[in-house]
Parts: sequence; structure tokens; C-alpha cells
Amino acid sequence: MQVAASLFAGMLILAAAVFILVGCLVCYGLVRYRARAGAGEPAQTFGSRKLETIWTVVPLILVTGLFIATLRAMALIDAPSQPGRAADLIVTGHQWWWQARYSNGAVTAGEVHIPAGKRLLVQVESADVIHDFWVPHLARKMDAVPGRSSYIWLEADAPGTWDGACSEFCGTQHAWMRFIVVAEPEAAFSVWLNHLAEPAATPSTEPAAQGALLFQQKKCGDCHAIAGTGARGESGPDLTHVATRRYLGGTISPNTSDNLARWSASPQSMKPGNRMPDQPLSDAERTAIASYLETLQ
Amino acid sequence: MNWIAGIGHKRTGILYMLSALLFFLVGGMEAMVMRAQLALPNLKVVTPQMYNQVFTMHGTTMIFLVVMPVLTGFSVYLIPLMIGASDMAFPRLNAFSFWLQLCGGLLLYLSFAAGGAPDAGWFSYAPLTERTYSPGPGLDYWALAILLLGASFVAAAINLVVTVVTLRAPGMTIKRLPLFVWMNLVNGLMILFALPSLVASLVMLLGDRLLHARFFDAAQGGSPLLWQHYFWIFGHPEVYIMIFPAFGMISEIIPVFSRKPIFGYRFVALSSVAIAFLSYGVWAHHMFAVALGRTFLSVFAAASMLIAVPTGVKVFSWTATLFGGSIRLTTSMLFAVAFLLEFTIGGLSGVAFATVPIDWQLTDTYFVVAHLHYVLFGGTVFALFAGVYYWFPKFTGHLLDETLGRWHFWLVVVGFNATFFVQHFLGLIGMPRRVYTYPDLPGWGALNLVSTIGAGILVFGIFVFVCNILVSFKFGAPAGNDPWNAWTLEWAASSPPAPGNFERVPPVKSRRPLWDLKHPDAPDWVHEGVV
Repeated sequence: MQVAASLFAGMLILAAAVFILVGCLVCYGLVRYRARAGAGEPAQTFGSRKLETIWTVVPLILVTGLFIATLRAMALIDAPSQPGRAADLIVTGHQWWWQARYSNGAVTAGEVHIPAGKRLLVQVESADVIHDFWVPHLARKMDAVPGRSSYIWLEADAPGTWDGACSEFCGTQHAWMRFIVVAEPEAAFSVWLNHLAEPAATPSTEPAAQGALLFQQKKCGDCHAIAGTGARGESGPDLTHVATRRYLGGTISPNTSDNLARWSASPQSMKPGNRMPDQPLSDAERTAIASYLETLQ
Repeated sequence: MNWIAGIGHKRTGILYMLSALLFFLVGGMEAMVMRAQLALPNLKVVTPQMYNQVFTMHGTTMIFLVVMPVLTGFSVYLIPLMIGASDMAFPRLNAFSFWLQLCGGLLLYLSFAAGGAPDAGWFSYAPLTERTYSPGPGLDYWALAILLLGASFVAAAINLVVTVVTLRAPGMTIKRLPLFVWMNLVNGLMILFALPSLVASLVMLLGDRLLHARFFDAAQGGSPLLWQHYFWIFGHPEVYIMIFPAFGMISEIIPVFSRKPIFGYRFVALSSVAIAFLSYGVWAHHMFAVALGRTFLSVFAAASMLIAVPTGVKVFSWTATLFGGSIRLTTSMLFAVAFLLEFTIGGLSGVAFATVPIDWQLTDTYFVVAHLHYVLFGGTVFALFAGVYYWFPKFTGHLLDETLGRWHFWLVVVGFNATFFVQHFLGLIGMPRRVYTYPDLPGWGALNLVSTIGAGILVFGIFVFVCNILVSFKFGAPAGNDPWNAWTLEWAASSPPAPGNFERVPPVKSRRPLWDLKHPDAPDWVHEGVV
């Protein structure tokens, strides 16, 4: 992102110079040529071919320079539109959450993990309407257009967490189609990636087993997948390792057991208009489901 | 009754302006709902669904029911006067265009009663607009209303072009047209070539929504990008369509209050033609965030940057007109000068968006919201305020009050910049546009609060403006025919002009026929051919 930042700095200097020039000329003109009492009409001048040529040619030279800088920066930032290899991960925009899928089969939602210091090729797709995948500090933004695969480079120099957002209006909850990018040292990332590809753990406690049963009875699996169980739905986020995530609902709430229970029964009260309808669950039922989901480490 | 059945260009012009003022107040209230909702993080002033309807209606209203109609109103009122004609070429078509426009506006607002206003933004990207994702009736109302409005603007543009081509007074050659008329002539041609693409896209959208066509459905062989191409082939010329008449106003007002002719008439006029041509080759700069291929994007980046050149020519010409003048800082002139500065900021941030890698960061953020308001409000609306103070005496026979005018000016300048300048920073720190709320990240709440407070000041400024109009219409000082000692033909008519406009059109031997009359010892026409 250094390239885009320097280009912006250059643009800012150029723009500031032009604005200060125009501003000074206007202010000077207003003060110097303010009408004096009793003055008649000033000398009528109609233009100056020389000046007019100057202020046509000089901006032309400036934008030519800017254009060359633009071409160079584009070549440095942009990923090939037809890369000759498979992407490192595929992010897919859904109304209103992001899915990340890795080549080893690991799937997560609302967060993207990457190894620090390594440039990844990311394939951007959409499952429904147009979205836009944007991590301001780490990459250019890229529209996710239905029926098309687009590619960007995603790279973090050092471990850390960054905010991301959908940057194309995509409907009711566009505002909370946010996500985080977590960059980890390569070894930690590999551990995470291998773990995410494993099927879900079988619940070992009584409330969790109860929750697992409820999850099945209430047909949660029609929309959500949990690897290793019968739940194979694809319209909602994959829940195989839901307990590892930091946030729910596109970062609208932290991932706590209370919030999980509340989301299970009344997601509309937390993120109005989202695609998951409220579920007729008793307090005991939603607590049980939350205990089950919390075991999905 | 005469106001409804009448067909004179002056009445129709006033009706256009009044209806635009009404919709301006409605669109302004919508803006205030947005600013209230965004004043602090996680507020619940309106629901997300309502917020999305409100921002869609705000954009659609301001573009199609305020800016285009009010500019049309000024041109149908002033152009016959400026070229020494007694009316438009097709007076009935003129009245019809207005009523069609009003019906389009009312139809759009009926959607609130019909089950929900449109909520996909003013450029309504497919496939969000498809029945699957937007099942309510709002987008059907939106598409049908804009079809009506499109027909109205095309009819008005034809009328305007024909009027300028056929009804000029003897001696009013194309090289002697007042720049306001020049800009509107180019504008009329731009409308004629841009609107068909909008109409085609709306017909395809209605086809998809009502007849199960599949233009924009990727799963069925359609293409969501088809909408974007069609819409922006209209949409970018539209950006200039919304400012060219404003350029024309500035090109009349700055010279009169500087007591000098425009500096470089020919460059100002021809730079508009250059912009008009280029405007059809820049649409994809709205789509830089789509992976369209680097070569393709580069071409559009180059064309977009080139537009800075003829635009810069205008700004420098207006500025140079001040030099050597004898400047009277009326409220009209204050707005014209403020236009110069605000529009320059908007123009420069526009060049930033032509710089593709910057666009890859900032498109669809609050930086865009700031940019477009610097152009449309700091540009077009400031020029319109200048125009209202300048021509209101001609329209009504009364001067607008200058004291209220100063209050109006300073409140608007402070309010406008407080509202929108900070939005540049919001975009730079990552706030996407079109969000009904935002997380409490460092700086986001504070900057949004400043913006909301600024909007409050702006509203107060607009309130003073409306008061000024109402008070001055009734009690304003009598204007006389020519309060500014100006040079174009409309100031030779009475205020307001009588039916038929002129008893005898003054002779036109140069670009400033009234200067020639007032200064028979030093008429402009001796310079003809030199400048």
C-alpha cells in the first residue's frame, strides 16, 4: 500500500499547489481590484492568447506526468486479471457477510487469516449481488461481481489485525458487512489453517450434546454447514469452527456465549434485516445451542 | 389558472424553479435525517431500511428533481430573452416538459405510500435491483419515474437547441452568443446524446423486474456489468450536464461585477465543447474497482485526467476576469467567487479519482461523498445562488435583500465546508459511503459529529435564503430594468419582462449589445475578429 500512499501524497501536493495558486490569485484580485468610489469603467481587456495557451499547456504537462505515475503504480499494485495459478484463498461476498475458503478446504466467515510477510493471491467472488472486498491498509479494493472471478494481492508486513469492509452498497445491512484480517507468523498460521480444515469436534458435555441435537431438530443445517455432521447448508456462514471467531454478524457483536445465544434465537434484534429469520426457541433451547456452538473450537 | 394553462416561457421557467425549490427542501430534509442518524456511532434514529430509502431518495431527488429542473428553469426563462426571442421555439412542448417533470417527481414520491421507496442508491446497481433482491415496488416506481423525467429532459433539450439555432435576433451570430447560452446549447446536445443510454438501461431493468427478462442476471447469461456501462455512459455526461449551465451563470456574473468582458471568450466556449466530447469517453472511471483489465482502465484514466485541462482553462479565465476590473462584491458576486474556490477543490479531488490506484482506495468511501458535493453543491448550487441574486430582480422586479444575502452567504459557506470538508478525512480513514451506521473507531464519531453540526448551520443558511425570497418578493427594493448595469439583452427588457419580451430588440453587433448602446464611443464591435 506504500505505492498508493505515495501516489496520494504526490497528488495531494499537486492539488494543494493548484488550490493555493487559484486561492491567492482570487484573493489578490478581489482586494487589489475592488471598486473604488467614483471610479469609472476599467479598461476593457478581452483576453490574452499567450496566457490562455500557458494555462492550457502547463496543466496538460502536469496530467501527463500524473498519468505516467498512475500507470507505474497500477502495474505495481494490481494482480494479473488471469493469473496462471490457483488462488491462495477465495473470498466470497454474501448479503451481508464474507466467506473465506482456503485450498485445503478450511472455511471461515467474517475473518480472513493470512501469514505475515507473504503475498497471497486472493480470488474475489460474489454469491448474490455486487460487493466490494476492501482492507484499506493491506490491499486495493476489488468489486465482487456475480459470475466473475477477480484477483488481488493481499499482504501484511507484520503480524496484526486490520479492519475490512464491504465498499459497494449491497442492501439493507451493507454497513455491517465488515470483517477483520488477522496476520500471524507463518507457523501459527499453518497451525490455524490445518485446524480449520478438520471436522467439528463431537460435543462431550451434556448441554452441548443437547444443543447439537436441537441444532439438528430445528433444521439449522438447512442454511449452515458443520463439517463432520449432517449440516450442509450453504446460504449462511459455515459454523464448523465458529467458536474460534472474534466477532458475529460482520463484526456487529463480539463472539460471546450470550451473544451466540441471542443470535441463535433473535438475530433480527441484533442485525435488523439480515437474512436469518428469528427462531422460535425457548431460553433453555437457545442456551443449549450456544453451548454447543461454543464447543466448535 | 393561467399558471396551469399558461405556456409562456417565463411562467414555465418560474414553475420549474419553484418546483425545484420545493424538492430541494424535501431533499434537504432527507439529508438531515441521514446526518442525524450518522451524528454518532450506532445511533437508531431510523431503521437501516429507512436509511437506505432516504439516501436513495436524496440522491435521486437532488439530481433529477432539483438540479436538472432548476437549470432547465433558468434556461427556458433566460435564453429567449438573451437571444432576443419572444418565447421558446415550441412553447407548448415547453409547458408539457415541465408538467411531465412534476408528474415524474410525484410518481417517485408516491412510492412511499405504495409500500416503500426505492432503496438501491441513485445509480441502483444490478443485480441488487432485481426482483430477487428488491422485491418491493420501490424500484419499479424509481424506474418509471425516471423514464418520465428522461422524456421531459429530452423534450426540453430539443426545445432549447432548436430555440438557440433558429430564434436568435438579427446579428446574434454563434460567436456572439452570451456564454450562458453557449453552455446551455452544448448542454442540450449532451442531454440528447446521454439520456438514451439511461432510458435503455431503465427499460432493461423494468424488463428484468416485470417481464422476467435476464439482462443483468449472471446465472442466466446476463451481465450485472451491462447496467454499469449503460448507466455511466449516461451518468458521466450527466455530471457535466448538471454543471454546464452553472458555468454559464458564472461566465455572465463575474464579468458584470468585475466590469470587464470575460477573459478569453473563445477558450471558455470551446473548452466546453472539449469537455462535452471527452465526457462520453470517461464513464468507466466509475468502475475502476471492477477488474476490467489494466489497459482498458488506463484509457479511461487518461481521458478523465484530460478533462482537467479544459476545466482548468475555465477556472483560470474566470480568475483572470477579476484582474484589472472594478469589482463590486454583491451577494451574487460573493457566491460566484466562492464557487471558484469550492469548485476548484471538487475538481482537484476529481483528478484524484482519475488516478486509478487512489480510486482503488477511495471509491465508494466518504471521500466520494465529499468530492461530489464540492462539485454539485460548492459548484452548481453556489452558482445557482449567485444566479438567483443576479436574475431575481429580472424575474420579479424586486432586488433580493443584501443584508439577508450576506447572512445567507456566510452561513452557507461555513455550513457547507464544515459538513463536507471533514468527509474527505472520513473517506481517507476508511469509512464507506451508504452505511446507516458505523463502528466506534478512533476519529469516526468526532468527524461525523462535525459534519452533522455543519449540516445544521447549512440548513439555517437555506432558511435565511427562503426568507429572503419571500420577504423580497413582497417588499424588496424596486429593481428597474437593469440594476447591475449589465450587457446582455435580458436587461433591456422590463422587470419582469412583458409578454413578448421586447418591443424592439436592441441591435446586436457584438457579444455585449447593451455595452455598445451605453458606450457608443467605445463599442465592442470594433474588436471583433481580434478576440
